[in-house]
Amino acid sequence: MNFDYTEEQTLLDNMVTSFVRDNYDWDTRCNIVKSEEGWKEENWKQFAELGLLGVPFDEVYGGLGGKSTDLMIVMEQFGKGLVVEPYLPTVILAGGLISKLGSEEQKNSIIPEIISGNVRCAFAYAEPQSRFDLNDVKTTAVLNGDDYVLNGFKSVVFGAGMASHLIISARTDGDQRSESGISLFIVDTKSDGLTLQNYPTIDEYRASEVIIENLKVSKDNVLGEVNMAYEAIEEIVDISTIAACSEAVGILQVLKDSTTEYCKNRKQFGQSIAKNQVIQHRLVDMMIEYEQAKSILYMAVTADLSNSDERKKAVSAAKARIGKAIKFVGESAIQLHGGMGVVDEYMVSHYFKRATMIGVLFGNTDYHMKRYMTLTQSGISSSDEAISVSVT
Amino acid sequence: MDTAFSNEDLKFQSEIRDFIKTNYPQELRDSINSKRKLGKELSREDLTAWHKILGKHNGWSAPSWPKQYGGAEFTPTQKYIFEQECAKAECQYIMPFGINMVGPVIYTFGNEEQKAQHLPGILSGEVFWCQGYSEPGSGSDLASLKTSAVKEGDYYIVNGQKTWTTMAQYADWIFCLVRTNPEAEKPQQGISFLLIDMKTPGVTVRPIKLMDGTHEVNETWFDNVKVPIENLIGQENMGWTYAKFLLAHERSGIAGVARSKKAIERIKQIASSEMSYGEPLIQDPAFKAKIAAAELELSALEYTELRTLAKDSAGKGPGPESSLLKIKGTDIQQAVTELAMEAVGYYANPHLGTTLSNEYVGPDYATNLSGTYFNFRKASIYGGSNEIQRNIIAKMVLGL
Ligand SMILES: Cc1cc2nc3c(=O)[nH]c(=O)nc-3n(C[C@H](O)[C@H](O)[C@H](O)COP(=O)(O)OP(=O)(O)OC[C@H]3O[C@@H](n4cnc5c(N)ncnc54)[C@H](O)[C@@H]3O)c2cc1C
Ligand SMILES: Cc1cc2nc3c(=O)[nH]c(=O)nc-3n(C[C@H](O)[C@H](O)[C@H](O)COP(=O)(O)OP(=O)(O)OC[C@H]3O[C@@H](n4cnc5c(N)ncnc54)[C@H](O)[C@@H]3O)c2cc1C
Repeated sequence: MNFDYTEEQTLLDNMVTSFVRDNYDWDTRCNIVKSEEGWKEENWKQFAELGLLGVPFDEVYGGLGGKSTDLMIVMEQFGKGLVVEPYLPTVILAGGLISKLGSEEQKNSIIPEIISGNVRCAFAYAEPQSRFDLNDVKTTAVLNGDDYVLNGFKSVVFGAGMASHLIISARTDGDQRSESGISLFIVDTKSDGLTLQNYPTIDEYRASEVIIENLKVSKDNVLGEVNMAYEAIEEIVDISTIAACSEAVGILQVLKDSTTEYCKNRKQFGQSIAKNQVIQHRLVDMMIEYEQAKSILYMAVTADLSNSDERKKAVSAAKARIGKAIKFVGESAIQLHGGMGVVDEYMVSHYFKRATMIGVLFGNTDYHMKRYMTLTQSGISSSDEAISVSVT
Repeated sequence: MDTAFSNEDLKFQSEIRDFIKTNYPQELRDSINSKRKLGKELSREDLTAWHKILGKHNGWSAPSWPKQYGGAEFTPTQKYIFEQECAKAECQYIMPFGINMVGPVIYTFGNEEQKAQHLPGILSGEVFWCQGYSEPGSGSDLASLKTSAVKEGDYYIVNGQKTWTTMAQYADWIFCLVRTNPEAEKPQQGISFLLIDMKTPGVTVRPIKLMDGTHEVNETWFDNVKVPIENLIGQENMGWTYAKFLLAHERSGIAGVARSKKAIERIKQIASSEMSYGEPLIQDPAFKAKIAAAELELSALEYTELRTLAKDSAGKGPGPESSLLKIKGTDIQQAVTELAMEAVGYYANPHLGTTLSNEYVGPDYATNLSGTYFNFRKASIYGGSNEIQRNIIAKMVLGL
């Protein structure tokens, strides 16, 4: 049993930590999120130089061949700095899909471009009616000669406005909610037939509504097998969910530590407010929630993610449990800061907002609770059955 | 025990309903709705238009005030009905600073000139008030406040800083707690209650943005501000007594039961339109259970409030039990804003109404719901934090 990082992981951790420390102080970050673009190209170039953009990719394409632990390390440190550059959409989500489904030709042409920082991608999957269901796809793609013609609408696509390419899920067969019949298409964001409405999100990231009207996509730009994309989508969204959980754990650590510090320093009634037992217990509970969140993240990261049942269970367990921690730690952090907690100019509210929105990302707590229950309770294995019998 | 409405109460209810129907301006509704959706602040006109209309009608702008001061002097049941009907019709709420806070202080502790000068403007909604209690170093520990008022001839010279002053940007007047005797044995004993005209030279208001980007609160600075001694309420150094009287009034209004009811109704509508697992979200067992839990909590609180109102009808003013209303009322308000945000899934994300977002995205009902959730974290902090309310109950009710 060993929870320590390897030497390489420690190096990666130190590298991202110093990037955040040196390039992402609070004022710098505020300027980035207030800018028209909402991210900083220079930071992206640095990611490329540091090799961060290649972390999960196969060495064959110039990547580092990193595993989920490596992505966890990167995302946790990004969480601590509230880094807004579109690493998750590009490298983990879109990058994951391309690695998983791309033809050799596609991988050879796109992955090195992502790693060098020239290409940024976003994954357009959610639709107004779909909520968190990846199989609920109304956007259609119809073959017409050598091209597919896409029509539909994608909502709240994170990072689309910063992306050079979009991966779009569309229905090539089946009805609106069937898992088969979903295909993926890679398109240039500047294509005719694509309209992006960009906007900031409440947690100061950027997202877009994507309107798709008679968008022509060549057959060559189908990613993976036609009609068969669902399983890969689910898998890569799961991997991305772990990444989002890692970011959340980084944020929760900042919330817990900074609130503890604040309570030590803030004086009311002639003493530090941390002298009140009710505050001490709340801080203790925040610490416990944080530790539980970190533990379940480690559980998910070390699970056998190549086994789809185990992966789904682990991911939903982590997301649901961390969602609960986000709510408690986040709301407590604000409460214990008093008025300072609710203002824009102080850091704590920004961490709280980002953590809360991670709670929604890729399915909220209820969604993953339900998914977990379905996975664990529909088919009780014989050993589970034996336990339940002996208990009753 | 009898909680059924009498025939008179029912008549009163339909009178209120009719009045709202014929008198609540559609332009106001439209103006407020469109701003809410975009997360934009309401204007002074938005905040006071309905107040002004009620002010012209039998003192309805001041349901609790005695008739003698121009109020409606509703019975507890009438107050309850009035609140319900206004909330059901989604009328803009009346700003509390004049009607619920400084008004009762003035008619209880003020002199005749002060009553004549201030009560009519509060009642009519023409004069906008704000509350200057908190300071950067004095939040929960209000009695440690430092803003000083030194008597010089016919004036107090006021120096210091107040903070979190809600709507000071629109206010004509501020009621302030100031320190008039720094040598008093206990800090509570050296505090006075002063009314200050915001146009007096030396008063500066600086905005503070809340985490949803809205401008509700401010820093209010006083730099050698000359305040006529006639603006002192009651006796010098007795301000703490008046302040506490006012705080109890502030807390009782804070439960917001009728508005939370309306908000839950709204969430049900939203959850009927939103889909989850291919069915309306309202069918989802987990979500349904949360709505039901909120309703139960609210039902209980409604009766707690009614019990408090009934006790209060003797006219004694609410006691420390009002802390309970504040704690539970704000708990529920926060739970409800969270449910609303949750209902809309990914459409909790867009932050509209900023300089960077001119377009309008997502379903109509979804806009700004996360902003409201974030904004409402304030509710367990302002008006005396919920920890402080528990301290009050522990001390005053349980005798700990
Ligand atoms: C089933 C059982 C088995 C036990 N086995 C053992 C054993 O094997 N050996 C042994 O030595 N003891 C044992 N104990 C005793 C146990 O350690 C005591 O019950 C415990 O320490 C609490 O003490 P108390 O019962 O006197 O409660 P009290 O100390 O009177 O506490 C009453 C309540 O006040 C709270 N409280 C007290 N002080 C504070 C404070 N400063 N801050 C906040 N809250 C406070 C407590 O948490 C508790 O809720 C056992 C008790 C039980 C119930
Ligand atoms: C949106 C908003 C609007 C407001 N409007 C006004 C206004 O119009 N006018 C005005 O005067 N004020 C206003 N306030 C100020 C409000 O009353 C104070 O924020 C509140 O009293 C808390 O003070 P504080 O912010 O300094 O927090 P602190 O007092 O520093 O408290 C920080 C945390 O410590 C806890 N705490 C402090 N002391 C204790 C204790 N003894 N035991 C247990 N826990 C404790 C608090 O509960 C809180 O969780 C407003 C505040 C907000 C957020």
